[in-house]
Amino acid sequence: MIRLERRAHVPLAARIGAPIAAVIVALALAGILIALAGAPVLEAYRRMLVGAFGSRLSITETLTRTAPLILTGLAAAVAFRARLWNIGAEGQFLVGALAAAALGSQHGLHLPAPLLIPALMLGGAIAGALLLLGPLMLRLRFGVDEVVTTLLLNFVALLFVSMMIEGVLKDPLAFGWPQSVPVVGDALLPKLLPRSRLHIGLLVAVGLALLVALVQARTVFGMESRAAGLNPAAARFAGIGLTRILVLVACLSGGLAGLAGAIEVMGVKGYVTTDLSPGFGYTGIVVAMLAALDPIGVVFAALFVATMFVGADSMSRALGVPSFIADVIVALSLLAMLVALSLANYRIRR
Amino acid sequence: MSAPVVLSLEGITKRFGSLTANDDVTLELRQGELLALLGENGAGKTTLMNILFGHYTADSGRVTAFGQELPPGKPRAAIAAGIGMVHQHFALAANLSVIENVVAGTRPLFSLSLGASAARKRLVELSARFGLAVDPDARVGDLSVGERQRVEILKALYRDARILILDEPTAVLTHQEAEQLYATLRGMAALGLSIIFISHKLHEVMAAADRVVVLRGGKVVAERAASATSREELAELMVGRRVARPRRESQEPGAIVLEASGLDAGGRLKGLDFNVRAGETLGIIGVSGNGQATLVRLACGLETPSAGRLMLYGEPVADPSPRGFVAAGVGRVPEDRNGDGVVGEMALWENAVLERLREPRFSRAGFVDRAAGRQFARSVIERFDVRGGGPDSPIRLLSGGNVQKLILGRNLAEAPKLLVAAQPTRGLDEGAVASVHGEILAARAAGTAVLLISEDLDEVLALADRVQAIVKGRLSPPIPVAAADPRRLGLMMAGIWEEAA
Repeated sequence: MIRLERRAHVPLAARIGAPIAAVIVALALAGILIALAGAPVLEAYRRMLVGAFGSRLSITETLTRTAPLILTGLAAAVAFRARLWNIGAEGQFLVGALAAAALGSQHGLHLPAPLLIPALMLGGAIAGALLLLGPLMLRLRFGVDEVVTTLLLNFVALLFVSMMIEGVLKDPLAFGWPQSVPVVGDALLPKLLPRSRLHIGLLVAVGLALLVALVQARTVFGMESRAAGLNPAAARFAGIGLTRILVLVACLSGGLAGLAGAIEVMGVKGYVTTDLSPGFGYTGIVVAMLAALDPIGVVFAALFVATMFVGADSMSRALGVPSFIADVIVALSLLAMLVALSLANYRIRR
Repeated sequence: MSAPVVLSLEGITKRFGSLTANDDVTLELRQGELLALLGENGAGKTTLMNILFGHYTADSGRVTAFGQELPPGKPRAAIAAGIGMVHQHFALAANLSVIENVVAGTRPLFSLSLGASAARKRLVELSARFGLAVDPDARVGDLSVGERQRVEILKALYRDARILILDEPTAVLTHQEAEQLYATLRGMAALGLSIIFISHKLHEVMAAADRVVVLRGGKVVAERAASATSREELAELMVGRRVARPRRESQEPGAIVLEASGLDAGGRLKGLDFNVRAGETLGIIGVSGNGQATLVRLACGLETPSAGRLMLYGEPVADPSPRGFVAAGVGRVPEDRNGDGVVGEMALWENAVLERLREPRFSRAGFVDRAAGRQFARSVIERFDVRGGGPDSPIRLLSGGNVQKLILGRNLAEAPKLLVAAQPTRGLDEGAVASVHGEILAARAAGTAVLLISEDLDEVLALADRVQAIVKGRLSPPIPVAAADPRRLGLMMAGIWEEAA
């Protein structure tokens, strides 16, 4: 009889090797699909790499994509670690973006640039956090499953954004296009590199990943929230206030997703449309799982996912393989990662 | 003995990786015999029975039942050969009736009826013949644990079992239920059934079995007729060295530490009154489910009383929360050590400090002082002989006894004024029981007031100075342990206090 046996200690090599192996397996499986689409597999992957990293423009585009994914990935990772199933990062992203646009427009806050930018980031984060606190209260009060409420609120948030940008926040100069009023020039994030779209949001995201890692590893809050996620009964017995922990985690998680939306408005677009997010919130869940909920891992997972999306566009243009292949690769790597993680945590015995 | 051999195991060896769970085990079971398989946790008892029943395949050796060799790894063959197994954790569907549970799996998948009337007749007949009273139409979810066990046994008998294997059958039963079970088993043996039961409780083995086989480290180390051995000999054979449970020295108790008056929590308790003094152990005995869990929650600060008062050192507890109780000098050992006591995935040191994390010595400005935490864990490991891992090992790797030693140790290292210990040795083997008892007695000797909540009569008799019984949320008046014997305690646990007094 073959059995899976829990490993006492997961070696570091296995922890790092697992996501790499998962990605290789996913690329191999997606290769079959590329071949079925009639394109040379290796050439397709070469095009993908070139498309993501082959030029200054492509590198900066990939990194610009990475920034919001790091933040939504962190949002999912911190929530999942405390067993708060926040599936609503997409909606939190959108309300965060809307808050930043509203507060940053010429009718919003009037602050000098060094104050305005942090204020808008904070505004976006608060909007995102508030959107998650609602479902959390329903769970704590009435036991309503937050998977359902956060998921459905994504659609509410999207339609709310749509209502606002067709209504009070509509840009009168946009020739009738449904888009919000733009933020003022002072609210735009400084560029990291001139003549590119790459903005300091990337640094903010990486900095927050480091900060979250520090909080989780070294602080009382980090240890208590881990205990609360792993064994709520034992945490309660030890005197850890589960409600307080969950509220703080929800603020952090929703705040990170809202911040992602604010940064996307202030760094890239300058205004809100309903297609501001190509699924950053949902993809954040994949990023978090690929990273095994590790905050530093989230940075690398976000970079990988951004690479796939940017590279697939270029591959698609060159070889005619549908760019949906990027979704397939990301989904496959998530599945492969789940298998790889259990293989890293267990060993096969017979 | 002249009765024919019905079952024999020859040279059974089973390895799991580097661990040899069974090493060349040979044993025989005769018709009408009640054989006890005695051994500590991890001695290989359950593995052996799983091989016999076909759940595992042995690396070598063979199993013969009624003269026919059983194919390895085929539970169905074992059932067909007349072997029935009652697992420690019952395999019953709580939402089905007794008769449905018994019949399930015996009918072809696509048959239209359950054959209920024939089945009922047979079930009633079996339960009458073997003295296993149970209502065939009761929903299994509504039955007591003892009744569920009877259903499991009936299930085996319904499948024509002539050899019955019971894995730790009394682990979940009360004293009275256990006595009743053994009386039933003896009756079944007298009717010609052959029975093997697994146990690590010496007194049961002595009282119930005809013959005892002792397993240690996967090997058969001894075989004795129950009439020709003693508890002391069996204990030594089982553990491999002399173990004596520590003895309680009498001492004069001090001031009242914990006092409850008219205590209630939402109607689950009915005005409890008790007190515990420094250097004294109050034992609360009772059949599980009579309000102990609520009492423990109150005494651990997890819940506040809805009526009555709980006074610590003559005053109400300033901060009635788990942290407040810990800060007030209450050591807490929960009943469910893996569920409430520790977070399995966290490191040993993290579990050692979790309830004191916010104290200045373990954290500053919100940051955990990991060095101090590890140091504390190391001192607990050393002083309380916690084995199986260092400060950074996940605690799930530790055995139950060592987890319990850590839980006790993290409390006793702080010299608590009150120790609340709920079922502190449930499921532990003899060696671990002795060391947990030793630590509790040492704390009492050092002046700690101990509130011991236990179902184990031997444990209460060994540790407590005074005993009260809890029945349906009520407490009996206390009696000194010198006046307590198993019969009197049994009556108290049944709620008959006047007769017991």
